[in-house]
Amino acid sequence: MARILDEGMVEKRGIGHYFTHVGLIIGVLVIFFPIWLAFVASTVTQSDIISPPMPLWPGDQFLTNYSKALTSGINAPVALMLMNSLIMAMGIALGKILISLLSAFAIVYFKFPGRRLFFWLIFLTLMLPVEVRIVPTYEVVAGFGMLNSYSGLIFPLIASATATFLFRQFFMTVPDELAEAARVDGARPMRFFWDILLPMSRTNIAALFVILFIYGWNQYLWPLLITTDPSMNTIVMGIKQMFPSGDDYADWPVIMATSILAMLPPVIVVVSMQRLFIRGLVDSEK
Amino acid sequence: MEKRVTFKGWLLPMCLLMPQIIITAVFFFYPAGQAIYQSLFIPDPFGLSMRWVGLGNFEYLLGDPYYRASFVTTAVFSLLVTVTSMGFALYLAVLADRLIKGSGVYRTLLIWPYAVAPAVAGVLWLFMFNTRVGVVSWYLGLLGYDWNHVLNEAEAMGLVVVASSWGRVSYNFLFFLAGLQAIPKSVIEAAAIDGARFWTRFRTIVFPLLSPTTFFLLVVNIVYAFFETFGVIHTITSGGPQQATTILVYKVFSDGFVSQDLGSSAAQSVILLVIVGALTIVQFKFIERRVHY
Repeated sequence: MARILDEGMVEKRGIGHYFTHVGLIIGVLVIFFPIWLAFVASTVTQSDIISPPMPLWPGDQFLTNYSKALTSGINAPVALMLMNSLIMAMGIALGKILISLLSAFAIVYFKFPGRRLFFWLIFLTLMLPVEVRIVPTYEVVAGFGMLNSYSGLIFPLIASATATFLFRQFFMTVPDELAEAARVDGARPMRFFWDILLPMSRTNIAALFVILFIYGWNQYLWPLLITTDPSMNTIVMGIKQMFPSGDDYADWPVIMATSILAMLPPVIVVVSMQRLFIRGLVDSEK
Repeated sequence: MEKRVTFKGWLLPMCLLMPQIIITAVFFFYPAGQAIYQSLFIPDPFGLSMRWVGLGNFEYLLGDPYYRASFVTTAVFSLLVTVTSMGFALYLAVLADRLIKGSGVYRTLLIWPYAVAPAVAGVLWLFMFNTRVGVVSWYLGLLGYDWNHVLNEAEAMGLVVVASSWGRVSYNFLFFLAGLQAIPKSVIEAAAIDGARFWTRFRTIVFPLLSPTTFFLLVVNIVYAFFETFGVIHTITSGGPQQATTILVYKVFSDGFVSQDLGSSAAQSVILLVIVGALTIVQFKFIERRVHY
């Protein structure tokens, strides 16, 4: 309401107003330009691109390029890579949420020996992103025979202190009376968890899911290391594999179609669930 | 903080904790321990035995001009990424905050690049600046500028910085806009009545009040530039030319997997571990402060 009252007071009208819009529109165009170019490149022919400058307006090869990418790709059909990415992203997001919910419940609602120790053990994992322990983690996964498998893609990325903290934080704000009442009624702990705690955590879970899905979908280094078989490639790491190693021209229309397909699912998630996304982002940084 | 009401028993909570503890032990602590252990040895050329060298790997690394150069590269790279992405985001957030209506529309238009993977962003920018087919490099050529990031170190660095900052603008914009909207309008109006123009108000009131957000973003963006930009570097330059864009994380990868120099790679992992630890502590200290602010 204050925003309406101060209208006009702090130079919010007149010419200044238009400059504000112009400045923002320029910013939006700068941010959009790389995507526009990629989209245009995915709708023209290879010869349009290799004789620069390429056109700046879409061509008529949309269906040709996208169906070529999806059904045959370059090393593996992109449809297959999309499915691999989807399985990895869902596995990471749901797995993280599940194990974090359980461990946060144990840490907040029980007093047992070693609770503090476990809490700190989980806390320490904040300091160990996969990038700093790649070689030994690779050896562990190889030792289990999990190279080129979904479990190898998912499990090493699934333990997350962030999600555990988020749920711990939220459980702390749940009124004690609820647990008290459950206990008086003789409800067992897991009954309380399922019937009361879980339904109350719905929004938190959804917000976290949005963030974790994007995190999982956009993984690059880890799939690059452990999926040597093209049929296990995820789409984000598979794009780089589409470039020829020698001096040949890259198949730009197919590569750009693949890039567009690679960013589409997470972008749709962010835009369609904007509120949850912002909430998840702010929550997970607290 | 403790709950007043808790349930009894220890077997159930142990079972609830087990999945996370097992995964953490197998995929976090064991590999981290392994990295520390391996950093104290040098494997023989056939990989059959390990020779104890104590801190030899670390001494070698710290004396290695390539490793030192990688430190400097990482510092320059993170500084540039942080300044570029935060600067552009602040500019957009200040403008969006001036709007009475419609800042939501711009927010929608600006946040989604966050969802684009760094590696995909790398491919998009590589395409624009490709030396043979790139649109931007072609138009630069018309203007008489011969763009070639494959050979020119500064251009390579510039390109990976811009590609890494691009998607990051969304994130910083969101936090800056929230920070700006949290500043009480009465303070700004009071200054306006006293005759302070926009720029004066920004310098003397808005920017100081925004400093908690700015510090927070500073730390988060440095962490991002250090650890999450691997995809950009790998797709655009592969660390070249002449290691000009080999940041520390990229070097762990190339020494460990490409050159198979395990002792050195493990020692680098340990050094990175110390850096992440320090950054995490800074982040936590700062967040504590933010709560009290």
